Amino acid sequence: MYSIAELEREAIEIRKRTVEIIYNAGGGHTGGSMSQVDILTALYFSVLKIDPGRPDDMKRDRFILSKGHSVEGYYAVLARRGFIEDILLETYGKFNSELTGHATRKTRGIELNSGALGHGLSVGVGMALASKRQGIGFRTFVLMGDGEHGEGSIMEAAASAGHYMLDNLIAIIDRNRLQISGPTEEVLTIENLRKKYEAFGWAVTSVDGHDVGALIDVFNRCPIEKGRPTFIIANTVKGKGVSFMENQASWHHKVPTADELKQAIKELNERKEALHE
Amino acid sequence: MNKQVIPCRKAFTDTILEEAKLNKNIFVVTSDARGSVTLDQFAMELPGQFVEVGIAEQNAVGVGAGLALCGNNVFVCGPACFYSARGLEQIKVDVAYTQSNVKIIGVSGGVSYGALGATHHSLHDIAVMRTFPGMEVYLPADRFQTRKLIQYLSKSHKPAYVRMGRNAVPDVYNENDEFDFGKANVLSDGKDITLIGTGETVYYALQAAVKLSESGVNATVLDLCTIKPLDKKTVLNAVKKTGRVLTVEEHSIYGGMGSMIAELTAQGYPVKMKILGIPDENAINAKPMEIFEYYGLTSENIYKEATKLLND
Repeated sequence: MYSIAELEREAIEIRKRTVEIIYNAGGGHTGGSMSQVDILTALYFSVLKIDPGRPDDMKRDRFILSKGHSVEGYYAVLARRGFIEDILLETYGKFNSELTGHATRKTRGIELNSGALGHGLSVGVGMALASKRQGIGFRTFVLMGDGEHGEGSIMEAAASAGHYMLDNLIAIIDRNRLQISGPTEEVLTIENLRKKYEAFGWAVTSVDGHDVGALIDVFNRCPIEKGRPTFIIANTVKGKGVSFMENQASWHHKVPTADELKQAIKELNERKEALHE
Repeated sequence: MNKQVIPCRKAFTDTILEEAKLNKNIFVVTSDARGSVTLDQFAMELPGQFVEVGIAEQNAVGVGAGLALCGNNVFVCGPACFYSARGLEQIKVDVAYTQSNVKIIGVSGGVSYGALGATHHSLHDIAVMRTFPGMEVYLPADRFQTRKLIQYLSKSHKPAYVRMGRNAVPDVYNENDEFDFGKANVLSDGKDITLIGTGETVYYALQAAVKLSESGVNATVLDLCTIKPLDKKTVLNAVKKTGRVLTVEEHSIYGGMGSMIAELTAQGYPVKMKILGIPDENAINAKPMEIFEYYGLTSENIYKEATKLLND
């Protein structure tokens, strides 16, 4: 068991590795990779019943990165958690790398090929159904983006999860309020998310998506209502952790320059130092 | 036709019910298509292995992939027209790309829905499905082949798309015939011309071969039930021996089985060829058989076009 302080330090190491991976590859989805880090840290280092030594264990909890473009942050988590070797990250963006620019099952620990948006929740419904119908007993977590909520297929999936009362299914939205073209509510109004999911039979709650302790608490309380799938609105900041990346839509898939990388690492180290105080 | 003959979709549901009773890892997912697929009995007898998602093909495929990724063999069933279009990205990503053990069962395919219009026709499905890496594609010719195919797919771990029609079709095979899926099935072995059919057109290709033999022409007839993986060897052997090839399919003349054979022969052994199918237009409003007749997917027209090709 890690302490909250240890997890907060871990999240900073993941963010450092994330910007390095993107810099080395010369490409990647910086903003969304950074906003999701605390959610992934809470899941991978505390909540999920998973074992990097047994990635095919039928009883493992399932995690689906539906916002598959945020893969650089995910790769950093999988490396830090021991699913993949850190050295593999050096190949990212290079010719014929094992690591794809969106999540794929070729990478140890990844459950689904994603990258086209609006797919993950349906697959999560299928997994949650299998767990219930076949008495396996694992939980399924699906992380989606907020821009992703333009995809209508998510509403089909949400309806079926409510219909089948899948209280072993937990959907999380990385609510950083920005997508590639600008603020989500200017591009397409997706609110009221709470009312939408409640109407489909879900229990809905919200949490500070950068408070690892609060995230762990809410994940461990799921299902927050018996007989209902749980929808967690994790309020986050796009580009979280690096001042000049935060809340900037332009950092959706902008790549840091050498100077910007240096600055980002410096800032993240300072934040880590501040945690010790 | 014998009234005892059941449609291929019914042969599918009878067989999958038998297989699923023996194997708890077989699931059926459908999208308000219990009636059209004839799944009522399955839903009643095996509710734990049956999932209804309502009119939502994208979700049906995704849910199917999720079930499959937990070690199950999942048959996602509904009209071919909707799965091959509305659910296509999920088939591409969640099934083919992810290599999940999902079989897409597209019923009432091709022009089965007759005058209901282009929304209900699936004349593009071979073209799209065969371009997804790792996706197998099958069009069974009759109820007996459907039964054997479903038995085979019940034990397979690979993603597949299966298209079958709505109405009962004449038998091409006998109950006890065995099939080597993945291989072209050589139904007759002649030296003059190769006729290739897939799905319901196999019967008409065979009838045409009988007529041709009455005129002293010996045709090789291939049943290309397995569209993908393509049995290149058998096709090329037949084409080399006969020097002429005619294909017939209930599909657009663009991108389907004929195109696939043309790709193969043009690069491997160029020969004179005729592709019969639905031209680049929305099919006329008519009953399925009338549509077949209008566009020449009949034994008479196959005979006529084969004769032209031989005299060319």
